[in-house]
Amino acid sequence: MSDGTLLAHQLRPVTHGRRLSDHSLVQLTLVRFREFLREPEAVFWVFVFPILLATGLGIAFRNRPADVVKIGAVGPQLAAALQADKSLAVETLDRSAAEQALRAGRIVLLVLPSAGGGVTYRYDDTNPDARTARLLADHAVQRAAGAREAVAATEDLVREPGSRYIDFLVPGLLGMNLMGSGIWGLGFTIVDARRKKLLKRLIASPMSRSQYLLSFLLSRLTMLSLEVLCVVGFGVLVFRVPVRGPIWELAVLCLVASLSFSALGLLIASRVRTIEAASGLMNFVMLPMWIFSGVFFSADRFPAAFQPFVRALPLTAAIDGLRASMLQGAGLSQLGRQLAVLTGWLVVCFFTALKLFRWR
Amino acid sequence: MPTTPNQLAVCVRGLRKAYSDVVAVDHLDLEVGAGECFGLLGPNGAGKTTTIEICEGLLSPDGGTVELLGLTWERDAAELRQRLGVQLQETQLSEKLTVEETIRLFRSFYRRGPAVGEVIAMVQLEEKRGSRVGALSGGQKQRLAMACALVGDPDLLFLDEPTTGLDPQARRQVWDLIEHFKTTGRTIILTTHYMDEAERLCGRVAIMDHGKVISLGTPRELIASIGAEHMVQFAIDGNTNGLNLQALEKLEGVRVVRCENGGYELQVTELHRAVPAIFDELARRGIPLTELRTHSATLEDVFVSLTGRHLRDE
Repeated sequence: MSDGTLLAHQLRPVTHGRRLSDHSLVQLTLVRFREFLREPEAVFWVFVFPILLATGLGIAFRNRPADVVKIGAVGPQLAAALQADKSLAVETLDRSAAEQALRAGRIVLLVLPSAGGGVTYRYDDTNPDARTARLLADHAVQRAAGAREAVAATEDLVREPGSRYIDFLVPGLLGMNLMGSGIWGLGFTIVDARRKKLLKRLIASPMSRSQYLLSFLLSRLTMLSLEVLCVVGFGVLVFRVPVRGPIWELAVLCLVASLSFSALGLLIASRVRTIEAASGLMNFVMLPMWIFSGVFFSADRFPAAFQPFVRALPLTAAIDGLRASMLQGAGLSQLGRQLAVLTGWLVVCFFTALKLFRWR
Repeated sequence: MPTTPNQLAVCVRGLRKAYSDVVAVDHLDLEVGAGECFGLLGPNGAGKTTTIEICEGLLSPDGGTVELLGLTWERDAAELRQRLGVQLQETQLSEKLTVEETIRLFRSFYRRGPAVGEVIAMVQLEEKRGSRVGALSGGQKQRLAMACALVGDPDLLFLDEPTTGLDPQARRQVWDLIEHFKTTGRTIILTTHYMDEAERLCGRVAIMDHGKVISLGTPRELIASIGAEHMVQFAIDGNTNGLNLQALEKLEGVRVVRCENGGYELQVTELHRAVPAIFDELARRGIPLTELRTHSATLEDVFVSLTGRHLRDE
């Protein structure tokens, strides 16, 4: 039968000189990239989302000119005295209109002349703006009356890059991104392959199991450089966020952080069979870190009794390290504690995952 | 026919596997010669998949030995992986990859085998070469799974329910592919619960039930073993009190009578004598016939005759 001969011909053993792209590790790694890049949601969460978030928060918390406080004054002399301070917007009002404005919140402080040449401040002392206004107004009134400072004071205003909210935020977002892509990137892909019995199919072939895991490592390394470039590059170019530490030490820190989150992802994915269970487990692991690890505000705000827990979280260590490196120019030698925490998580998670891992 | 061990592609002895609540494979023995297309037949839960997955090295047995191509999993796992082709039940290949990328990936795992383009041509997916797996039909996905099994130029091919869930045309295409592979002289083990599939493709068949082989032979031998070549099914109107099974069994050419779902099923050796005899018997008793069908005995009938159950009964 001619079909048979043709097939026999097609099935003859072929051993060509194999190109590098035919190597199974290269093929497995390419598959990782293809699967990632062909998932629009994944690309959005890894690359677009952190930039949108940084832009939004950067605009919301941009440094505005020092706030001007609105106050009211009864009588032209008082008003003139108060207008000497540029941070006070003074409105001259008659008594009843002034009371009305204070109640309506249009002014936070009402300055009234009182008997014997004194002044009365009428304000809500639980409102911080009102208390500030009272201090400024009193200062202006006293100076107008001829008071002088006992101690000479000069102003040194800090508005340079490195101490703004956006500077604080970018390393936080970078850390959060490393965590998300490490845990999701590994965990989700593996659980999905197990659910579809693709893992089982792969181990029924001669595929090397260590090459399978290695392909995740290689794709992670490449993705990692893109992610870091994307988030840090955006911060530097758009908001002039400083990168004061040595670049390669920042790179090492990102690498260690990313590996330890990937190991955590591998551990989460080592047994789970359904996407639902994996999502639940990942959220259970990541949610506390989003809250406690100081992405959006300093982790120091949590009570002292809580600090050992907060400090032991890998995201806290990653973000502390990134902030110290980018904002204070700290080198790796000063980040020993953070690196130790991250490496600890890496080693424990990776070896536990290898022990627990199920291919079926 | 005596066979020397080196002619055996598969030699399974005393295989046993139990899960927590059920014995899936119960002291199973199996020998398959090189170049055979061998079918494992049985209902769901008969132990076919467990048996085949132990042979594929995916499950470890509780007892017994498995020797494939003269090799064992304990000693020669890496060599066996290279020489086996495997198609599992319900594997979903990655939907984001194209046909070509999927085959190229699997090809990269094997030391030898045909080029990617040749495998694509073999399973007739040339037109779908650049399509995503997610966009393929069920039959095309199954042929892609076959391609992944064939890509290492296997000496022994395991197919676990290769046509389950496919429409008739897609089944026929998969059958053509298996028949082509048979002509290359390699060994195939396939499981199925479609009797027509086993009769068409397999040289020999083992019928499994409750983890045991209950019958073994060529499809023709198995059908001959029930001693009847034809099946007659009929139904009658009204109550069945007037008709007893013993009376039917005494009719000329009738061997075994079964009563099910209000109808009658008879194994018959001589159709041309048995049918008139049935008509006469019914007419004599004044029972009107409402339905009559006959067919040549199949492996399905063998299974029913052996177990009293149908293969597709869940």
